[in-house]
Amino acid sequence: MAVETTIVNVAARASLWLQPHRIVLIVTGLALVFAAAFFMRWDWLPQYYEMALVGLWRTLWILVVTCTLGFLLAVPLGLAQAAGPFWLAAPAKAFCTIIRGTPLLLQLWLLYYGLGSLFPQYPWVRESWMWPYLRQAWPYGVLALTLSFAGYEGEVMRGAFAGVPKGQLEAARAFGMSRWKTLRRIWLPQAFYRALPTLTGETVLQLKSTPLVATISVIDIFAVSSKVRQSTFLTYEPLLLLALIYMAITGILVFALGKIEARIPNKIG
Amino acid sequence: MARIIELLSPTPPGWGGTLLVGLLHSVEIAAGAFGLGLVIGICGAYGKLYGGPVVRDLLAVYTTIVRAVPELVLILLLYYAGTDLINQLLTAMGYQRIDISGLVAGIAVLGFVQGAYSTEVMRGAILAIPQGQIEAARAYGMSPGLLLRRITLPAMLPFAIPGLANLWLIATKDTALLAVVGFFELTLATRQAAGVTKAYLTFFLAAGVIYLLLTLVSNLIIGRIEVWARRGMPSLKEAR
Repeated sequence: MAVETTIVNVAARASLWLQPHRIVLIVTGLALVFAAAFFMRWDWLPQYYEMALVGLWRTLWILVVTCTLGFLLAVPLGLAQAAGPFWLAAPAKAFCTIIRGTPLLLQLWLLYYGLGSLFPQYPWVRESWMWPYLRQAWPYGVLALTLSFAGYEGEVMRGAFAGVPKGQLEAARAFGMSRWKTLRRIWLPQAFYRALPTLTGETVLQLKSTPLVATISVIDIFAVSSKVRQSTFLTYEPLLLLALIYMAITGILVFALGKIEARIPNKIG
Repeated sequence: MARIIELLSPTPPGWGGTLLVGLLHSVEIAAGAFGLGLVIGICGAYGKLYGGPVVRDLLAVYTTIVRAVPELVLILLLYYAGTDLINQLLTAMGYQRIDISGLVAGIAVLGFVQGAYSTEVMRGAILAIPQGQIEAARAYGMSPGLLLRRITLPAMLPFAIPGLANLWLIATKDTALLAVVGFFELTLATRQAAGVTKAYLTFFLAAGVIYLLLTLVSNLIIGRIEVWARRGMPSLKEAR
């Protein structure tokens, strides 16, 4: 019985959504897609298929790693700004301002070309265990994207920490919790819930920043499409497919993070 | 230290002049794109709020796609596709092919991207206007154009300014992406200067300082504008 009603509900909602003009729009959209599939050249696909998969994997890997590391860095940045003493708050604020005030492309090139040209001058850097990594491009890309995410999210976390009601923290102190325990049990979780809605947007923004690493010769999915464009002399096909891939990833991200968000109780404060 | 000053001096042995020309181009593009984005945003917000079902769905497709695809990909796509389409149209109509200047193409492309974000900002701001004000204007018999000019735009401004300020800052930073398609703005100028002199760190740091100053000065001006736009309204601090 319950199942039937849900089915009826879904059908009713679908018929509300699927109005005549929408059907026309969908048909036009499908016609455009089919026209693109038939009249454009896609014969290069099998040849570059594996390369594209590797590139896609690299993009996703960079996204996950930089978002995780960036968030871990954003928590102390936000805490320092919201509650830290002056000598901690000021540098954290300066860091966030600098990161948010300059283009990511410039930060990336500063790290890659600037630091990259600085390191080889010092023999002890070249003899250290880090040298094989420092000679490659991806550590600079990961570092730049991590710092960028931390800068933007640090500002969000500052607001989230400051937004937790005072009474919660006073209650925790009244219970005799130590400062560390208060942070771990009360302050951080509530601040995290507050920051969660913005986290989806920030993650999508981060995804849209990842193609910049292609400019420092990291072969992600964007670089693969550039390579296809150079070797096949096609302008549109690789770019259109690339846009479609990014849209698909964005859709999946928004859907998955929305699911996580829905599981968190939203009545707070 | 003397070498750094020499490198950054604005007269030819130094590269400071090149950077400043790049900065000028960046600001031109950012201002143009922001303005174009505002126009698209107002039209888009009106379409989304008051348009027919088809207009609304098409605008939803526009804002969703533009906000889901990386700016870099959109810039490449629109840069090549846009110039190509215009030239094909011109040849089909029997005119000569034209070279579209980087400035115009950059403004058009970034403006198109900004328009999607600005549509959402404006839509939210128009929705935040107390409904009674618009109803009162209609009751006075104002035409839609007059209503937009006298009531909607001024009344939504205080709600739109924080979002628009963000968009302006994004616009100044997005101009850096045009370096990838070879447009001569601050980031590309910096890279050229750094490549020639091999003083990478100096030039990239200098450009960073310039961008940061641009942001900070913008923030000051935006603060003034916000105070002006909120005149007569209760201050934010008191409201809390």
